[in-house]
Amino acid sequence: MASAVSPVKNGLDGLPAELRGFRTVQTLAYECAEAVAAQLKPGVTEREAARMQREWLRERGVRDWFHLPFAWFGDRTAFVGFRVPLQFFPTNRRLEAGMPFILDMAPVYKGYTADIGYSGCLGLNPVHNKLLADLEVHRELILREVRERRPLREIYEDVERLMIRQGYANRHRAYPFGVIAHKIDRVKERRWSPHVFGFGTQSLKGLASDALHGHRDGWSPLWSPYTFSDHPPQPGLWAVEPHLGFRGTGAKFEEILVVTDSKDPEQSAFWLDDDLPHVRRWAEEKSA
Amino acid sequence: MSLTGARERWVRTGGIELCVAELGDASQPTVLLVHGYPDSKEVWSEVASRLADRCGLHVVLYDVRGHGRSTAPAPLRGGFTLEKLTDDFLAVADAVSPDKPVHLVGHDWGSVQSWEFVTVKRTEGRIASFTSMSGPSLDHFGHWIKKRMARPTPRRVGQLLGQGAKSWYVYMLHTPVLPELAWRGPLGKQWPKILQRVEKVPAGDYPTPSLPSDAAHGAWLYRDNVRARLRRPRADAYAHAPVQLITPTGDIFLSERLYDELEQWTPQLVRRSLPGKHWVPRTRPDQLAAWIGDFVTAHEDGVPARDSVAKGPYAERFGGQLVLVTGAASGIGRATAFAFAEAGARIVAVDRDAEGASRTAEMARLIGSPEAWGETVDVSDETAMEKLAEKVAREYGIVDVLVNNAGIGLSGSFFETTSEDWKKVLDVNLWGVIHGCRIFGKQMSERGQGGHIVNTASAAAYQPSKALPAYSTSKAAVLMLSECLRAELAGKGIGVSAICPGFVNTNITSTARFAGVSADEEKRRQKKSSRLYGLRNYPPEKVASAILRAVVRNQAVVPVTPEARGAHFMSRFTPRTLRAIARLEPPL
Repeated sequence: MASAVSPVKNGLDGLPAELRGFRTVQTLAYECAEAVAAQLKPGVTEREAARMQREWLRERGVRDWFHLPFAWFGDRTAFVGFRVPLQFFPTNRRLEAGMPFILDMAPVYKGYTADIGYSGCLGLNPVHNKLLADLEVHRELILREVRERRPLREIYEDVERLMIRQGYANRHRAYPFGVIAHKIDRVKERRWSPHVFGFGTQSLKGLASDALHGHRDGWSPLWSPYTFSDHPPQPGLWAVEPHLGFRGTGAKFEEILVVTDSKDPEQSAFWLDDDLPHVRRWAEEKSA
Repeated sequence: MSLTGARERWVRTGGIELCVAELGDASQPTVLLVHGYPDSKEVWSEVASRLADRCGLHVVLYDVRGHGRSTAPAPLRGGFTLEKLTDDFLAVADAVSPDKPVHLVGHDWGSVQSWEFVTVKRTEGRIASFTSMSGPSLDHFGHWIKKRMARPTPRRVGQLLGQGAKSWYVYMLHTPVLPELAWRGPLGKQWPKILQRVEKVPAGDYPTPSLPSDAAHGAWLYRDNVRARLRRPRADAYAHAPVQLITPTGDIFLSERLYDELEQWTPQLVRRSLPGKHWVPRTRPDQLAAWIGDFVTAHEDGVPARDSVAKGPYAERFGGQLVLVTGAASGIGRATAFAFAEAGARIVAVDRDAEGASRTAEMARLIGSPEAWGETVDVSDETAMEKLAEKVAREYGIVDVLVNNAGIGLSGSFFETTSEDWKKVLDVNLWGVIHGCRIFGKQMSERGQGGHIVNTASAAAYQPSKALPAYSTSKAAVLMLSECLRAELAGKGIGVSAICPGFVNTNITSTARFAGVSADEEKRRQKKSSRLYGLRNYPPEKVASAILRAVVRNQAVVPVTPEARGAHFMSRFTPRTLRAIARLEPPL
């Protein structure tokens, strides 16, 4: 598949320019999340919040999606009572004071994909603050173990164990295939790119071809708790989304982790961007 | 404990002299306690001393006209109307707290008249808050009856008949002369014994010797007010102060359904419920004093009702209670601690794992527990448990709900299980429960104000298995221990429940010992069983809610998860099938 131009295939030299493209779209998506979050007020529904994200990004040149924006309010941030995937789609649930919310979007911009998740809450919510603060160790744990080249399935289990030790439930298990992360890649820009069940067909095509290649070579573009993820991290870009749930409150972050085949541990895996709202927030808390 | 140390004074109003007693610092917020029928102000002695000593409040009690040492109106007929009782209240309130509104607390008829005080115009600004127990407003009661008579659905008829049967003594009191004769004769003499036997009121200096005349005079409370108010209830009986309603769940005179529509009359209502009979001021003084104290502080100085009251489904029942959970660093114990925390209980999280226990306490505080502590104790260590009990009693109070949950897993055939293995599993699973019940249960029983003990047994307690001989034995012992203890403590108002979960997704599998296999094989089996339990994926939170439900309903044995319920059913009706299942090799 020509559309799935992996940075690895081009070798390390090709990386920076390509990564810049991914970083641009990730920054754009987080800007969108912050802009929309600032506009949320009591009474706004999930559908309206999702539409605001869509329109904001469309105005800035986004034409295609890995998946359409999601918005979850209240106990839907912890996926309480979710049984079928259709429940992920935005509903008419209204935002209230003190409610946590999550905005999740995956725009494609100039052929580069990002998939981000932004957690916030309307007003004060000490439980939500605690969850967000506790996500920091997960970000560190994931990076450390990926650099150690541990099998993805084991990393998944370690993250889950840490969540349980913290007293939380693992809520990314509710995602399709229970994934904590999935690969993302460049997408060919087409004039017409429909989406099915919220997912862009171009991106799905990329994912499917990765799955096919991976199946032959013994890896999977989905980072899940199942045996098909029992392999060391595959070079490429992974959108990692650990999701904590605690008694009706959920929090997550989602951002791109770059995995390369470099021998240098520092270069073998790194977060694409450290200037993100949740990372800034942790830094502020530490300095405060 | 009588009203020793109380300052006494007399308040004159409308030709009556009221005997008023005061306790505590007069500069503090004033709590005015109004007694019921057939009582005198001494019914409050236990609660009053706690409010004055522990909460540091200014406590005022008075004998209602015709009761105790207050004088009776003459003639008696027409002397006990709610209007005149309101005059008395205002006179007392003006005498003891002339510039500040008082916090009103009423029990039984004291509550009935307090409802009048809190819903009439002329007392506006004189009442800061009202705590009601076992006494509805006659006006609200009148509307309650009218509503049910106007459209008698089967449920409403049932409610009417239920309360109608509970009100038998009201009809008796309306007969002339006979009640007075009975009270001044045999009934008055037998009453203390009846209270002890039927109501479990502890013996002591209550009831007072004035009982026969109190009861004879008090009959006019009913005769002067009940018929008039029930026939023509006031339409404007809205409370102008925040109300805390405390409902004893075992009250034989008043149905809990009476308060179903109370929200329409009281804009600020906090509901509480406690297991107990009618005379809670005698049987549950600690809990009442704590709730009254909290409510008074929350509504002092015109502070609007704080959001301090937890919102969970069981907040009415567990708000402010002290709950101790062992094995609270993970799994069912942690989920149980969180569930109680959501209901507003104070939590003591006990575990060997110090970090996990303090983490549980920290998170419990975040979700609604007013106070929570983590304690590091190994439940199998008797001296450590005794020290813990001493510390808890000294610093946090007597435990209201004890959850003996700590347990470890052990699998392996009988002959491969060494005596070391046996000792370890029995030490934690059985001795831990014994120590908990013995040490904390004793404190509970000595306090004599009820409580509840929950022991986590297992479906393995009645489902034999060749893979779990030691574990099942320990859990079967816990189940029988719970049943025996339940019988013993029933008379003390302490409930005991055994919870029997089936396969619940907790870390018990990953820490379980597998006897008779190599270390590697043990690791593999731990992993495999964790995976299987993960596939089953029954969350510990559901066990926690079963535990809260068991405490509220005082259930004896509670199988949780469908397989545990199925096995429980089979153990009673088809035990041979269970025995056949016991022979199967688990797929590990």
